[in-house]
Amino acid sequence: MSSFPLFPEAASSIAHEVDLLYFFILAVCSFFAVLVSALVVFFAVKFRRRHPDEVGADIHGSIALELLWTVIPFALAMAMFVWGADLYFRIARPPADSMEVFVVGKQWMWKVQHPDGVREINELHVPINRNIKITLGSEDVLHDYYIPAFRVKMDAVPGKLTTMWFRATKAGTYQIFCAEYCGTNHSGMIGRVIAMEEHDYEAWLAGGRSTGTAVENGERLFTDLACITCHKSDTTGRGPVLAGVFGNPVRLMDGRTVVADENYLRESIVNPQAKVVLGYQPIMPTFQGTVSEENLMQLIAYIKTLKAAPPAAPTGGQ
Amino acid sequence: MTHGTQNSPSYLDAPYGIWSWLLTKDHKRIGIMYLISVTVFFAIGGLFAAGIRTELLTPQGDFLTADLYNKLFTLHGVVMIFFFLIPSIPATLGNFLIPIQIGAKDLAFPRINLLSWYIYVIGAVFTLAAVFMGGVDTGWTFYTPYSSIASNTNVVLAALGVFITGFSSILTGFNFIVTIHRMRAPGMTWFRLPLFIWAHYATSLVMILGTPVVAITILLVFAERAMGFAIFDPRAGGDPVLFQHLFWFYSHPAVYIMILPGMGVVSELVAAVSRKQIFGYSFVAYSSLAIAIIGFLVWGHHMFVSSQSIYAGLVFSIITMIVAVPSAVKTFNWTATMYKGSVTWESPTYWVIGFMGLFLIGGLTGLFLGTMGLDVHLHDTYFVVAHFHYIMVGGAIMAFLGGVHFYWPKMTGRMYPEAMGKISAILVFVGFNLTFFPQFVLGYLGMPRRYHAYPEDFQILNVLSTAGAGVLGLGYALIVFYLVASLFKERNAPANPWGATGLEWQIQSPPITLNFESDPIVTEDAYNYAGRAGHGGHAKKAGEV
Repeated sequence: MSSFPLFPEAASSIAHEVDLLYFFILAVCSFFAVLVSALVVFFAVKFRRRHPDEVGADIHGSIALELLWTVIPFALAMAMFVWGADLYFRIARPPADSMEVFVVGKQWMWKVQHPDGVREINELHVPINRNIKITLGSEDVLHDYYIPAFRVKMDAVPGKLTTMWFRATKAGTYQIFCAEYCGTNHSGMIGRVIAMEEHDYEAWLAGGRSTGTAVENGERLFTDLACITCHKSDTTGRGPVLAGVFGNPVRLMDGRTVVADENYLRESIVNPQAKVVLGYQPIMPTFQGTVSEENLMQLIAYIKTLKAAPPAAPTGGQ
Repeated sequence: MTHGTQNSPSYLDAPYGIWSWLLTKDHKRIGIMYLISVTVFFAIGGLFAAGIRTELLTPQGDFLTADLYNKLFTLHGVVMIFFFLIPSIPATLGNFLIPIQIGAKDLAFPRINLLSWYIYVIGAVFTLAAVFMGGVDTGWTFYTPYSSIASNTNVVLAALGVFITGFSSILTGFNFIVTIHRMRAPGMTWFRLPLFIWAHYATSLVMILGTPVVAITILLVFAERAMGFAIFDPRAGGDPVLFQHLFWFYSHPAVYIMILPGMGVVSELVAAVSRKQIFGYSFVAYSSLAIAIIGFLVWGHHMFVSSQSIYAGLVFSIITMIVAVPSAVKTFNWTATMYKGSVTWESPTYWVIGFMGLFLIGGLTGLFLGTMGLDVHLHDTYFVVAHFHYIMVGGAIMAFLGGVHFYWPKMTGRMYPEAMGKISAILVFVGFNLTFFPQFVLGYLGMPRRYHAYPEDFQILNVLSTAGAGVLGLGYALIVFYLVASLFKERNAPANPWGATGLEWQIQSPPITLNFESDPIVTEDAYNYAGRAGHGGHAKKAGEV
């Protein structure tokens, strides 16, 4: 039995904000818990039955009191809601300048890919004071990437990509848990975040074995899987041009328009018939089972770098 | 009103023998059969819990294998929720009391009532078969795609048991609704109904509207798992998150199936132990309906980190905060009922006060979880485990046991030793807090639920929790012991041992098969203690406000 902590370490930019909200709700709730418990016990003692045939006073209620104890809890609950929703939106939406790390959960390990290609398993090395965006995928069932010291968690959902972000503020080693039950060794699906000073992180990266950056790997896959035979850089291919597609609206065969985000790209690779671009035939084969979740992330990383051709004719977008 | 001539035998004595019970159409006997069945399942679920808590004494997974541990918490959840908590109060106390409290001879459909018990038993047999064939390890939530494509345990059998048992719940809810609409005695208007009836009416609405959805959901898992239809499997274009929506659409309201009847019991008990009209009757009555209705619109608060749209989360969060209000209103009204009451210190009071303390903590900690920014940290940790045990064990089971103690003389004709009733209430209260309070701390520290092994830092709190579970188990065992022992003593319960109002206390203990010797006519509001003082003469003067 090593230590006996009663409160978790707070090591991210958001952790203190979460704790502050926690203490606010704790204070409100403690007040009401003590108030009501004290009243119940006080009434039970003060108004205890003094002889067997006694009955209570003839009181039926009070509209004023009912209003009072409806309105006050309602107002307090709304305050909690607004505060919590504001905080949640900041937790849920990664800042634009984030460094992107790919994490794939599979029974029962976490596979991590850094932007420059260094990989690790179950551990996650990050620099402090930088926004880190985690793009999460799963190769089998639901998992959940949870870092208590940062007060963040997010489900890894098979069939789609999810995101979370944090900014570590204190160098140190912090626990990672899988927080979504995933079978036999669920409680063994744990790891550590190692938050380091920037220069330590650089040194660590330099010592890592990179097998090419995510973008480089994606580019190689794009050729190896023969994506390039249809998705050409000009409009002569049988598939849509991918340059400049990321983040922009795409018109579909069925008349809908969707924004080409990571999940759209992912779906278009593993289930190409789901959303076919207007003007193209549904001839692309599925790559479900052919490309791993990590390879998908690399392909997407590569496609995201394909910028639209230099300002010739404007082709939609913003 | 109806002090009969005591010529008819009590429902316990009227025809005798096993078949007179197994083929009975008497709501009281069916209530007793349910009481025995749910007690058996409570004991089984408790044994599973004992295995879980023993494993968690040490950080290493050294007592059970990971697979066995996973099966134990799954079965603990499945058995306790579907085979104990959901039927616990409605099918036992509800079955026994609803017809009597409204002045009826039986439920509207006595045969359907008996059918519901058999369906419950058949469902239980399927789930028990799953246990004996090696168990099931998906968690009681059966989340896909683990349950539909990954787990290699008896998912289909266990889920089929839950599916079947759901129909007994639907039939009970349907029977109660028709009974409450159609079978009330002359003069028993809606606003003279005991609050126990209002609570069961609200519960029944949830039962008949929610249960079919979980039945469909289970069928979809079955279709995917056994027949290969792709519904939730992402590899074939399915959506695993869809399951969570369907599952929680039922399973969140199911929490209200478990707690609303408990609120009904507590409303009865608070008024009776205080000998006072319930404070704000119509607010307490309507808050039950509000909880039942709003409770259907909050399911997405289980899914703030599931990849559900953050805007959908916003809507679910605000409605979740709103559903907290009617529960708060009830709690304040119960408290105010004791003000200037004539509060007894007999055993039911101990259970009521225990309920209030635990339900308060359970309800208030729900606010932490409904608050989105905080739920990101707390979701799927022991904070959630502690929260829902405070509601479902602290709230629902305290109310159930309070109700069993309060109505035991009526149901069996026997009194239990008063001192035992008090000691067990204290044991359960202390043991419960020792078990589950440390889990709030563990949850905020970040300990995830469903963990077979855990970091050493968490050990002391887990040891406290396991010790508490021992005390809690002792308390429950003691209750079974002295209540069963009381059955071997002579029938000594008077018709109205607590001096309470309500039709059930005006008939003999135990009641005759048809409940009333002559048809009752209701002429006063529920909980008219002050009015009775006028008749009795020598009571405290009313209206000392």
